Amino acid sequence: MMHRKVVLRVVSKFLIPPILLFALYVQFHGDFGPGGGFQAGVIFGSGFILYAILFGVDTVKKVLPPWATRLMLVAGVLTYGLTGVAGLILGGNYLDYNVLAHDPVHGQHYGILIVELGVGTTVAAAMITIFNVFAGQPGGD
Amino acid sequence: MTAIYAYFLTLPFAAVIEPHLPVLQVVVPLLCAPICVLLRHAKLSWLWATIVTWLVFFIALVLLGKVLAGGLIIYEIGNWPPPWGIEYRIDAANALVLVIITAIGAITLPYAKASVEKEVSEPRIYLFYLMYMLCLTGLIGITTTADAFNLFVFLEISSLSSYVLISLGGSRRALTASYRYLVMGTLGATFYIIGVGMMYMMTGSLNMADLATLLPAVDHTRTVLAAFAFVVVGLGLKLAMFPLHTWLPNAYAFAPSAVTVFLASTATKVAIYALLRLVLTVFGGTDLFNVTHISLMLVILAVIGMFAGAFVAIFQKDVKRMLAYSSVSQVGYMVLGIGLATAAGVTGSIVHLFNHAVMKGAAFMAVGAMFYVVGSVRLDDLAGIGKRMPVTTAVFLVAGLSLIGTPVTVGFISKWQLVQAAIELGWWYVAAGVLLSSLLAIAYVWRVVEVAYLQAPPEGAALRTEAPVSMLVPMIVLAAAAVWFGIDGDTTLRLAGEAANALMGAAQGGKP
Repeated sequence: MMHRKVVLRVVSKFLIPPILLFALYVQFHGDFGPGGGFQAGVIFGSGFILYAILFGVDTVKKVLPPWATRLMLVAGVLTYGLTGVAGLILGGNYLDYNVLAHDPVHGQHYGILIVELGVGTTVAAAMITIFNVFAGQPGGD
Repeated sequence: MTAIYAYFLTLPFAAVIEPHLPVLQVVVPLLCAPICVLLRHAKLSWLWATIVTWLVFFIALVLLGKVLAGGLIIYEIGNWPPPWGIEYRIDAANALVLVIITAIGAITLPYAKASVEKEVSEPRIYLFYLMYMLCLTGLIGITTTADAFNLFVFLEISSLSSYVLISLGGSRRALTASYRYLVMGTLGATFYIIGVGMMYMMTGSLNMADLATLLPAVDHTRTVLAAFAFVVVGLGLKLAMFPLHTWLPNAYAFAPSAVTVFLASTATKVAIYALLRLVLTVFGGTDLFNVTHISLMLVILAVIGMFAGAFVAIFQKDVKRMLAYSSVSQVGYMVLGIGLATAAGVTGSIVHLFNHAVMKGAAFMAVGAMFYVVGSVRLDDLAGIGKRMPVTTAVFLVAGLSLIGTPVTVGFISKWQLVQAAIELGWWYVAAGVLLSSLLAIAYVWRVVEVAYLQAPPEGAALRTEAPVSMLVPMIVLAAAAVWFGIDGDTTLRLAGEAANALMGAAQGGKP
């Protein structure tokens, strides 16, 4: 690991919070401008990956243990899917957001926000998991 | 079937759930699969997967009943009307295919428990059932959807999960087999999506029914011609049409036994359904069928595949590989039916989808049980297996006879139908090809029978050491089905006939 690269370590510590914040911006601004769950998830994951590159996979696993990423993977998919099921229970078709609120426009708005949150959660967890698995291979450094 | 639909309507909440069945068929396994990650327990995941797949099988039966009673079912996802939204459309053809894949999916799971515990390492078993459910989701999705792009998405879901399933096989060669399938499968999916992209370019639509009405106007363009070629070759790769079958033997041979059973009976079948749907329904109204001489091309490739697959199978030393090459040959029969492109031919093709799923499932289950007990399925190691595992070997014998096409088994029904279809067109040499290739099947089945019954078991081998009952019962059920539907071919032939009508119905004008 790059324990002696002081410049990199300090700069990255400055960068990681804005990266995570930017990810949230891309996530929730996705329905007004370019962005959305997938891009946000990748950016969010890259914050953790940058940390892992500089401080080691074991350190990042203290922050985000494997059980947490696994939970995120599942939670994201289920958030998406169950939003669809909610539409179904509320009397619409599967993934029909119109019925989620009294006003169909608001319904569509809530629906897409929740669904994209699910996408973001799963994508971020998947990026981190893939990196950790490859970087955590014995023999690699 | 109709009785099952009537029974379903008596259940609580049936009236509320009933309109959503087409989407629940896909959503239930899709959302239940991730739960396995939370369970992270081999036995619990197995139990969960079993409950879910049997539920899905029940839904498929209800849907088939509903289709037979009331015709086409249409479901608009998110209430967006087609062609803008994604539409699920269930007619006799995909309802039948749904029943086939969910039935195999459900019956494989009781069998899988013991087999997987033996072949897959304990901490990975929950992943196995997760991937199994995702693969089932993908296959169901391909079958249900009426949107050409959505089909691609489900194709990827089923393919990616099947690469993982194959790579879970015990030997390291499973990894190379899986990688090879990954390369070929990705090529196939890419070709398909290029074809869909070209169709979208010319028509601006991805909905299959919409494409079918829009394509005839532009069918003289080179773009649509190329789209047709890309789609046929792409799906040809996925369904292991000769000479695009090279990924199949190793993938089937090195995958865990339960995966081989499942994939051999479902994955190629669904790809064939997709080819039928695209060629007969989407391109059905166009003149491309005649312009490209695809009929002739498919028939020639099918006949070569029938012979080549069976011929190579004769020389295999590993029974799993032998059956895998036999699959290449059997896929030839299904492609032949598409190539004939008459109602009788397509009926033969579809009935063989069902029949081959039943008999190949039984055969691979028997071989998997032999692997469970003996630890190898090389012919040399199976000497006298007929005395050591009488029930399993009997199941293999029934399945083998069915692969040959002996009367009173399902193989006979579909071959008879195909021969009739070929004679109807006056293609005598094709009919003769079907019969001659059956002779080759006798050769490879006989090799196993000879080793199993005529050679003495090795010294010290325990007699009558059958696999666990949980493995025996599913394979006996499939073998019984192979005989039952071989005697009563009317039911399956009638269903297949309706399916063929549903596929070709939209396109009667453009048929050759």
